[in-house]
Amino acid sequence: MVPLSWYLALSAVLFTIGAVGVFVKRNVISIFMCIELMLNAVNLTLIAFSSFYREISGQLFVFIVMTVAAAEAGVGLALVIAIFRNRQSLNSDDVDLLKL
Amino acid sequence: MDIYLLIEWSVKIGVVFFILMTALAYIVLLERRLLGFIQMRLGPNRVGPFGMLQPLADGIKFFFKEEVIPLEADRTLYMLAPVVALVPALATVSVIPFGDAIEIMGRKIPLCITQVDISLLVVFALTSMGVYGIVLAGWSSNNKYSLMGGLRSSAQMISYELTLSLSIIGVVLFSGSLDLVQIVKEQMNPWAWSAGWIPKWNIFTQPIGFLLFLISAIAETNRVPFDLPEAETELVAGFHTEYSSMKFAIFFIAEYANMVTASSMATLLFLGGWHGPFVKEVPLLGPIYFTLKVLFFLVLYIWLRGTLPRFRYDQLMKFGWKFMIPVALANVVLVAGIALFLY
Amino acid sequence: MGLEQIFFLILAVLSVGAGLSVILQKSPLYSAFSLIGLFACLAALYVSLQAQFLGAIQIIVYAGAIMVLFIFVIMLLNIRKEESALDKYKYLYILAVPFAITLAAEIIYALRFVQEPTFKTEKPMIGDSQSIGYGLYTTYLMPFELTSILILLAIVGSVVLARREKD
Repeated sequence: MVPLSWYLALSAVLFTIGAVGVFVKRNVISIFMCIELMLNAVNLTLIAFSSFYREISGQLFVFIVMTVAAAEAGVGLALVIAIFRNRQSLNSDDVDLLKL
Repeated sequence: MDIYLLIEWSVKIGVVFFILMTALAYIVLLERRLLGFIQMRLGPNRVGPFGMLQPLADGIKFFFKEEVIPLEADRTLYMLAPVVALVPALATVSVIPFGDAIEIMGRKIPLCITQVDISLLVVFALTSMGVYGIVLAGWSSNNKYSLMGGLRSSAQMISYELTLSLSIIGVVLFSGSLDLVQIVKEQMNPWAWSAGWIPKWNIFTQPIGFLLFLISAIAETNRVPFDLPEAETELVAGFHTEYSSMKFAIFFIAEYANMVTASSMATLLFLGGWHGPFVKEVPLLGPIYFTLKVLFFLVLYIWLRGTLPRFRYDQLMKFGWKFMIPVALANVVLVAGIALFLY
Repeated sequence: MGLEQIFFLILAVLSVGAGLSVILQKSPLYSAFSLIGLFACLAALYVSLQAQFLGAIQIIVYAGAIMVLFIFVIMLLNIRKEESALDKYKYLYILAVPFAITLAAEIIYALRFVQEPTFKTEKPMIGDSQSIGYGLYTTYLMPFELTSILILLAIVGSVVLARREKD
């Protein structure tokens, strides 16, 4: 039987890795991928709790989170394409002003 | 996890894998001969009696050919692409049931490698992963034609995955389960008014769903009439232009394995799987009926290849998004209505 | 050290390795493929937690659809290597390690009182499609319907944002 704390520790490590990635990476798409990594770490926490507390609501929450993440990925990548068309660069240092 | 379970798994995996690989080799031969007959010529018939040793000759040729790797190709991804194409194609066989559960020495052994209660979703998950092999192959070859072919092919595959998933919602509604074994068992009941002769196969209860599934399965496996991204006369050879010898053979095997998976899914979901006359009394007839039905679909695939011209790419995408998805959604509403009011 | 624990440890090491590979690779394409590997490991973990429906949905939605979208965008915009920001922001790389340690410590501190519950009657966890469907259509109907509106908004939004300007 795997203890609950192991799942929570793994989730904490993955979340930290994702947060460091958002901190350090410069490419907009890489930052986006690290955000997805953080979302998945939280999904793991929710499912671990749902399994150990014998409640289905954790899994339902994860279902909704996955759907929202998919919608967010679609809109975010459309934004990235629009940014690339206007500035020809995907470095987040070039995207820090609204003026072109 | 006792020793008998491990023995059961090993035997099943060995038998299924061996039969699958042999069948894949001979499906290629079947295709070449059938295409030849459709095109009024003989296919390969020299190498053995009726050309039966042709796959062996092809295998030996592939092993001895020179491997040419483009200079600027991304080596890691280039080597990885055929593997990523082949592994999901072969892994779907692990949840496909060939027959009803049989009794050997007091153990009830289901005739699939593993029986999970979400086997339909597992098959869809693995076919979604098959897109990556094509995308990787197109990108890593560092070649304009490969990239265009790879992107077009994968865009086509993900577009028709929607219709594929929507068309089986009706099947799941009628059987009430995502388990393939359960879906086949629900189709084994006969219609009440036919005195036990006509079974409730899903091809009779939802013909639109069946047609949608068939068309999108052909589009998913990149076969004619949807094979523009990889046809020989277009885009050189699409995503596998730069692949030679064994890697090309692996893409080839992956495509035929996808065909076998799609045919198996079509029989299990719509044609009653292993159901047939006298299958309850003689359980051995189950896998035989299953094989015959899968062969029927494979011959249908080959027949379509020999007969139909191919779609242009924009016609293909327009067809997928503007016709198939609305029809699939309408089918879902229709089947839901029927399920609600008749059951 | 039972079989379950060994399985969990292998998957945990693989997923942490994949996560580190996501942030350490220079090419966004390799990061994307490491992320797909991570999703596969997480799906295996979900199945081991009796959430098999969500494990399959994770592969179908995340690894099969969202990451295909990412990879398409990376390939279409031809993003080869990330431009090195080491010249301007070298201090960030040194600052990242204390940040990571602080964040991990905070999370572990916040969860220090969590313990496994004990039940009077032992009921198993069922994560199959029936129970999820039942919850989704009875107790959680409102989030379900709102999510469908959200997806509609996302579809319209991405079509509008990525459209070329008509001259």
